[in-house]
Amino acid sequence: MALGIRAARARSRLRASSARVAFAVGAVALAVTVAACGNGSSSSSGSVSGAGAKDGFTQAAQTSGPLVVWVDSTRVPAAQAYQKAHPNVKLDIVTYDGDANGSNTLQTKVSLYNRTGSGWPDVVFSAENNEIAWAQPAGFTAPLSKGLIPDSVLNNFSPGALAPCTVDGTVYCLRNDLAPTLLWYNAPLMKQWGYQVPTTWAQYEQIGQEVARQHPGYIVGAAGDTFTPEIYMWASQCQANGITGIRSVTVNVTSSDCQRMAALLDTLLADKSMSKLSVFSSAFDKQEQGKVLMMPGPVWYTGAIFNTTSGLNTPKGLLAAAPMPQWPGTTPATTGNVGGGLWLLSAHSAHLAEAVSFLEWVTTNDAYQADMAPGLPAYAPAASKWLANQQNSGYFANNIVPVIQQTAGQVWQGWGYGKFSQEAIWASTVTPGITSGKAIVSMLPSWQTAITNYATAAGYQVSH
Amino acid sequence: MTPVTTDPARARARRAPWRAVRAGHAFVAGYVILLAAFGIVPVVYGIYFAFTNAGNRWTGLSNFIQSAQDFRYVAAFEHIGVYLTIWLAALVVLVTALALVLHQLPVWGISGFVRFLYYIPGALAGVASVLLWLFMLDPSVSPAASFLHLLGYGTFSQVIAPSHLAILFAMIAFWTGAGGWIVVMYGALNNIPLDIMEAARIDGAGAWRIARYIQIPMLRKWIVYMAILAFAVGAQLFVEPQLVSEASLGVGGRDYSPNQLAYDFAFQNNNVNYAAAISIELLVLSLAVAAVFVTRSRFFDAS
Repeated sequence: MALGIRAARARSRLRASSARVAFAVGAVALAVTVAACGNGSSSSSGSVSGAGAKDGFTQAAQTSGPLVVWVDSTRVPAAQAYQKAHPNVKLDIVTYDGDANGSNTLQTKVSLYNRTGSGWPDVVFSAENNEIAWAQPAGFTAPLSKGLIPDSVLNNFSPGALAPCTVDGTVYCLRNDLAPTLLWYNAPLMKQWGYQVPTTWAQYEQIGQEVARQHPGYIVGAAGDTFTPEIYMWASQCQANGITGIRSVTVNVTSSDCQRMAALLDTLLADKSMSKLSVFSSAFDKQEQGKVLMMPGPVWYTGAIFNTTSGLNTPKGLLAAAPMPQWPGTTPATTGNVGGGLWLLSAHSAHLAEAVSFLEWVTTNDAYQADMAPGLPAYAPAASKWLANQQNSGYFANNIVPVIQQTAGQVWQGWGYGKFSQEAIWASTVTPGITSGKAIVSMLPSWQTAITNYATAAGYQVSH
Repeated sequence: MTPVTTDPARARARRAPWRAVRAGHAFVAGYVILLAAFGIVPVVYGIYFAFTNAGNRWTGLSNFIQSAQDFRYVAAFEHIGVYLTIWLAALVVLVTALALVLHQLPVWGISGFVRFLYYIPGALAGVASVLLWLFMLDPSVSPAASFLHLLGYGTFSQVIAPSHLAILFAMIAFWTGAGGWIVVMYGALNNIPLDIMEAARIDGAGAWRIARYIQIPMLRKWIVYMAILAFAVGAQLFVEPQLVSEASLGVGGRDYSPNQLAYDFAFQNNNVNYAAAISIELLVLSLAVAAVFVTRSRFFDAS
């Protein structure tokens, strides 16, 4: 899930996580290494000798040995919990950056392993939910719905949760957590100032404008993050990422669905009731502590932004949740999504039985997902227990359980999971403009061009 | 190479230099082996990749043509063009000037201290010094925050606006790389024979004229040498933009340099052949520029 990584990714920004440094240094070394080894065949599909086709793929000869698991630092407790519950399994837990922020660590490593023909981890956690777009064609991920994981388990995942994992009806990964966006707000303050919780974007905009006039310094949202388009544009059904096939995408960000949200953001950014800062920046913590009236954002904002001393440190009893506001005539209601990690199983694994056991346990077992997981579990039975735990903590000012359950099924399906990073494109194309005060509406054409360029470079057929 | 001889005395006389040569070979071997392993072999491999496709078939110039048509290609070369212009100009002018000033410092204690001061940033590993700059450039944590605010920059994103990047990278590179060169230039200045300086002084030349007519002309080869190496390093710009890109969560510095583009081709698009094509272009570019510098400056003239 995105909580940990995003927290980690942004917080460690200037704390200069040594992993990043190592990564950057390694990058140069890797570039040399790749030139020095490998036979050039791209996207090899794991042809392993002494193997047989079973469960929908060619399996490697099974051997004994430690199960190699790659996780980000936030998911280390998950692997440790599995170890505790299965003391007989030999587990080799490797911590990596979880591919956060589109770092491509996993893809880089796998493409090298594909060249050398060995070295793949057995199970991997990734924070990037578009991982399957390259991992499936590269032959790295094993199909799970062809025998490895029973349908009874797969069917228990929340509706749509496995969409980022599915290629042509086959499931290639298990979702760790869901990250639908909703509207967080300060309940006592809304009441004190006499505002109704907005159900439409027009009401939301109006409150934003009034707050700017009457309570300057307070904000109703933030638009300075790489995932800003996933909060606002996704919820507005803006067709920026209409993945229609394995190598085709429809991009139309100058449509009215995008214009309306861009115009709303422009208004509130100009009024300064919408922050230009990243919610993970220390400047945001400093300026906005106690000043957030409302903030649209994913479920994991609670742990990563509000209820943490290294964030806004919002006291108990203030924070409440509501479904995202809607545009008139949008039925059914839609919302966006920011992240939600994945677990991948290597098709090259020589320890499939242990790997499948680990994968199933870590995504479905209550001991981790309901009791320890930092974000909303994708596995529905664990999710209801997790939600009950959250509510019982007494932190929230209203009952967030029905709100989250409702929004979890409302994520607009017109925004797909492609090989190219929408976050990175927005960050380099639109964010500098927002920073320097340019209107987002005026930047939509260049956003369109950038998405088209990156999608084309990644091998997609782009239609408009 | 060794003519056959029957004179035992002469043979003995020749054996000593041969032993010396052998020792020389042993000393050089360490370098030659590493050069072959990490320099020549990868280059040859890179050339092979650049002219073949994923199926190991000969493709002629197709990798070069296709990679040049990528939408990031021209921009990346423009970026390093601007960056190199700023950096090389700053390096040549400031390093020479600072070395001359350093050489004029009368008090030995101060001179030694200043040389040490210049050298410190160079002693930091490349990545560490870039990280240090990331702190410097973020108004919320920078010790120079008030200066950044004075310039009108309140947030990190404002500081690393796309139009600022070339100058920022040049600053970082100068800070990390110039100190070492200043010390080298200082050493070169010390090598200028004292009697020439003495003669100039007797002829009535002041510090300025000595610098202009004696010291700078005699430093020429060192300056050219610095420019060649600095160009090769600068053209391969990677760590600075990559780290800024990571630190700014992709706001600035992504796909900034040709080296980053090659890296993206190799690892995001799984296209090692395009990546190799760009690498070979950078190699050719650096060699061409070095050739121009060398011939224009009569670098290898013994006189």
